[in-house]
Amino acid sequence: MQNLKDKLSIICFSGDFDKLVAAFTLASGAAATNYEVNLFFTFWGLNILKKKKGRAFLGKGLLARFFSFLMGGKNNVPLSRFNFFGISPRLMTKMMKERNVATLDILIETAIDLGVNLYACDMTMNILGIIKDDYITEVKEVLGVAKFLEYSKGGETLFI
Amino acid sequence: MEKNQLDITNEHCPMTFVKVKLALEKIQPKDQLEVLLTEGEPLDNVPKTVKEQGHRVLEITCIKDDIYRILIEKC
Repeated sequence: MQNLKDKLSIICFSGDFDKLVAAFTLASGAAATNYEVNLFFTFWGLNILKKKKGRAFLGKGLLARFFSFLMGGKNNVPLSRFNFFGISPRLMTKMMKERNVATLDILIETAIDLGVNLYACDMTMNILGIIKDDYITEVKEVLGVAKFLEYSKGGETLFI
Repeated sequence: MEKNQLDITNEHCPMTFVKVKLALEKIQPKDQLEVLLTEGEPLDNVPKTVKEQGHRVLEITCIKDDIYRILIEKC
């Protein structure tokens, strides 16, 4: 029987398509093998959690709103290499579908179904003036470092 | 006792054992789940993770070339 205390915590710093695929693949796989999984989204990683999937002027203040627009949401996450103005993530998704590999959307949905905990970084949200309501409802809590350390204690932690 | 079926022959890691886990969550204890899978990663990992989660693997049979059928009882 698997030890129920097994735990994997991933700090999702990158907002890159490929790195998010890696994070959600690990998260789903670990959750399916009975790990407690915590995903802590900070900086660029937070873009994937926005309710608005495209570009939108979110946040407080002109600069923050403009910055949020430039970063965009789930539909705008770039490939870390060979992004080609956003065409490559779409091509990559097409290839993943053709080869029966789970796409980023499916991996996110699966991670949520398996009970993976999604957390958002308090500090980044403060910088951008973004509130919890701007993110998908599955975001369980807005955290700082102390709380993340408490939740990840006793398990493996990765930074992606 | 009910027998359920799941075909993961077209799936890849991690959806192979993810789909088995989700299918097992939907059935009742003592019910059986028949899984069709390919050799390699699915055959290596699915029976292993199922056992780790406390379920019983009753049977592993090769049914055609690299396609296998495993019979799981939910515990």
